[in-house]
Amino acid sequence: MDLSCTDEEEEFRARLREWLAATLPGLPERPDPLDWPARRAYDCGWQRRLYDAGYADTHWDASPTQRLIFLEETELAGAPYVGANFVGLLHAGPTIAAEGTAAQRERWLPPILRGDEVWCQGFSEPDAGSDLASLRTKAVRDGDAYVVTGQKIWTSHAEVADWCELLVRTDPDAPSKHKGITWLAMPMDAPGITVRPLRTLAGSTEFAEVFLDEVRVPVENRVGEENDGWRVTMVTLSFERGTAFVGEVVACRRLLGELARTARKNGTWDDPVLRRRLGRLSAEFQALWRIVQANVSEAQATGGVPGAGGSVFKLHYSHARQELYDAAAAVLGPDALDLGRDWTLDRLSSLSYTIAAGTSQIQRNIVAERILGLPKGR
Amino acid sequence: MDFRLTEDQRALRRGVRELLAGRFDREVLRGFVDAPSLDRGLWRELGDAGFFSLRLPEAEGGVGLGLPEAVLVFEEAGRVLLPGPLVSTHLAAGAVPGAADGSVVVTSVDEGLVPWLDEADVVLGDVTGAVPVRSVDPLTPLHRLPGTGDGAHPYPPPRTSSWGDPRAERLPTTGLAEATLLTAAEQVGSAQATTDMAVSYAHARSQFGQVIGGFQAVKHLCAGMLVRVELARAAVWAAAVTGDPVEVAGAKLLADDAAVGNARDCLQVHGGMGFTWEADVHLHLKRAWVRAELGMTAARAEETVAAGL
Ligand SMILES: Cc1cc2nc3c(=O)[nH]c(=O)nc-3n(C[C@H](O)[C@H](O)[C@H](O)COP(=O)(O)OP(=O)(O)OC[C@H]3O[C@@H](n4cnc5c(N)ncnc54)[C@H](O)[C@@H]3O)c2cc1C
Repeated sequence: MDLSCTDEEEEFRARLREWLAATLPGLPERPDPLDWPARRAYDCGWQRRLYDAGYADTHWDASPTQRLIFLEETELAGAPYVGANFVGLLHAGPTIAAEGTAAQRERWLPPILRGDEVWCQGFSEPDAGSDLASLRTKAVRDGDAYVVTGQKIWTSHAEVADWCELLVRTDPDAPSKHKGITWLAMPMDAPGITVRPLRTLAGSTEFAEVFLDEVRVPVENRVGEENDGWRVTMVTLSFERGTAFVGEVVACRRLLGELARTARKNGTWDDPVLRRRLGRLSAEFQALWRIVQANVSEAQATGGVPGAGGSVFKLHYSHARQELYDAAAAVLGPDALDLGRDWTLDRLSSLSYTIAAGTSQIQRNIVAERILGLPKGR
Repeated sequence: MDFRLTEDQRALRRGVRELLAGRFDREVLRGFVDAPSLDRGLWRELGDAGFFSLRLPEAEGGVGLGLPEAVLVFEEAGRVLLPGPLVSTHLAAGAVPGAADGSVVVTSVDEGLVPWLDEADVVLGDVTGAVPVRSVDPLTPLHRLPGTGDGAHPYPPPRTSSWGDPRAERLPTTGLAEATLLTAAEQVGSAQATTDMAVSYAHARSQFGQVIGGFQAVKHLCAGMLVRVELARAAVWAAAVTGDPVEVAGAKLLADDAAVGNARDCLQVHGGMGFTWEADVHLHLKRAWVRAELGMTAARAEETVAAGL
C-alpha cells in the first residue's frame, strides 16, 4: 500500500496549483445554471484553457495518479465543473479510446479534449430505463449507413450536443435481448432528429426527449462490431459508474469545509448533533476518496477499464452526497429555501444521483450478483 | 500511488489466516464460549508467530513491520473473533517485558472499561475501584471504572492517559490512536466475516423453491454489507498508511458502523437461525458492540473529524 506520489507527480501538482491560482481569478462570470447554451459556451471555454495549458490529456493519457492529482487540485481550487463535457470526457471518450479504431480515436477524441465538440448519451428509452437491454430504437442497414428510427429520453445536454453515443437495435430477432444491440456515434445535426427539452424538478432543461425519424448514421460511426453493442455499453457504463464521479468526492470535501465555516459563523456549529453529522459525512467522503484510489490502482493493474467496484463507490457516494445537502439545509435554515443560493439548486440536482447512471437498486443488484456471486432472480 | 497490498502483505495475511484457521477454528471458538478463559498456550503461540512483536525493530527481536501490516493481522484476528486483550499486549510489546513474546498478558483502561482484568499480568492505567460487569460478550470479560456509565456523562472528554505502570513509560505517545486503529481493523475483519456468513447462507438456504439469495430483498441486504465493509476497510488501510489522527477517528467510526451493521444484517439474513445461541452471528454483534465502546466511541470520533473541518 503506497499513497505517496513521486517527485515528478508532486512537481505536476505544484505546477497545476500555480496555474490554477493564476487562471481562476481571470475566468468570466459563471452563466445562469439554467441557461444551457451559455453553460455549453462556458464549459467548453474552460476545457479549451485546460487544453491550451496542456492539462486536457490528464483525462485519458496521463497516469492514473496524475489524473487523481488533477481532479483533486481542480476541485479543491473550485475550478469549473466538466458540465456539458461530462459525457464526452468521462464516458463516451474513454469508450472510444478503449474500443474504437485508430481512425475513430483520431476523429473524435481531439475535439472532445479541445472542448470543440460536446457529446450526449442516447441510451435510455421511455420503455427501457433500468432494463436498458430492452431498448427498441431500430437501425436498418442501407448501403453505407444505418437508418435509425425510434425515441430516446432523459438525454442530458441533448439541446447543446454535437454527437450522441447511441444504442440501437440492429437485430430484432436475436436470441436474447442483450444480443442485437449496436453502439453508434450519431451527429446531432443529422436530418430526422428532433430534440424536445424536458423540464427537471430543478426547473432547468438539463435533459430532453430525442425523436429519431429515419436518421442516417454512417456505418463507419459504429464502435465495436454490429450486434456487439451490449459489450461496448458495459465498457461505457463501467466508466460512467466507476470513474465519472470521482472528482466530485473532492468537491464534496470542499463543500463540507465551506459548510463548517458557515456553521461556525451562524452558530449552528454549537449544536452537537449537527456538528457530529458533519463529522460523519467528512469521514465518509474521505473514505470514498480512498476507495477511488483503491479502484484506480486496481484498474491500472488490470488494464484500464474499471470493474464492478465502481458500483460500490457509486452506491455510497450518491446517498452521501444527498445527505450532504440535507445537512447543508440544516445549517442554512431558511436560506435553504432560497432558489438564488447555489446550495439550493445543487440540493435539488442531487436528487437525481440515486437514479441517473443506474439506480441504487440496480447498483445493489450488480454488487450482489457480480461481486458476491448471488444468483439472478426475483 | 498504488493503493493495493504488496505481495509481502498478501503473504503475511495468508500466513496469519492459516495460523488462525489451524489454531483457532470454530470448534475452539465455541469451546471458549462455553468456558470463557484466556488460552495461555495460544497467547504464547501468537507471540512466537510475531503477533505482538510485529512492529518492534528486528534489532529488538521484533519483526520490524509497520502499522499497515499490523492492521492486516488484526483484521484476521477480528475475522475469527480471537479473544483477549490483543491490542494492549501488541502495543505494550517492547515496553512491558514479556509482552512481545506472549508470555505476559497486558490489558489497559480504555474509555472507562477494562477488558480481561482478572486474567492480565500487567494493567496499564489506574483501576482503583473497578467493578466487574456481566459482559454482554461471552468472550470479553469486562470491568468498569467508578464514575463511568450509570448516569455518568455519556461522552467523556478525551482522557489524558495516565499509564499507571512504570514499565509502560516507553509506550509511544501515539498509542491511543494506534489502539483505536487496531480495534477498527478488528471491526473490519468481523464485518467481512459476517458478510461472508450472510452470503454463504443466502446461497444455501431455500424458500419458495429457490435459494433466498435470489430474492432481491436479501440480495440488497448483502450488497449493503459489502459496501459498508469496503468503505471501512479503505478508511482503515489509508489511516494505517498516513497515521493521520483525524483519518484514524473516521476509520474507527466507519469500522464500528460496518461491524455492528453487518452483524445485524447477517442476523436478519439467517432468519430464526440467526437468533439462536448456536449461530455465531451474536458473537460478532456482541464483540462489535464492545469494540465500539473501546478506543474511540462514535460520538468522540464524529467530534474529532468535525474538529478537523
Ligand atoms: C438527471 C438525469 C440525467 C440522465 N441522463 C441520461 C442521459 O444522458 N442519457 C441516458 O441515456 N439516460 C439518462 N438518464 C436516465 C437514467 O439512466 C434512468 O433514469 C435510470 O437508468 C432509471 O431508469 P428509469 O428512469 O426508466 O426508471 P425505471 O427503470 O422505470 O425505475 C423505476 C423504479 O423501479 C426500480 N427498479 C427498476 N428495475 C428494478 C429492478 N430490477 N430491481 C429493483 N428495482 C428496480 C428503480 O430502482 C426505480 O426505483 C438520466 C436520468 C436522470 C435522472
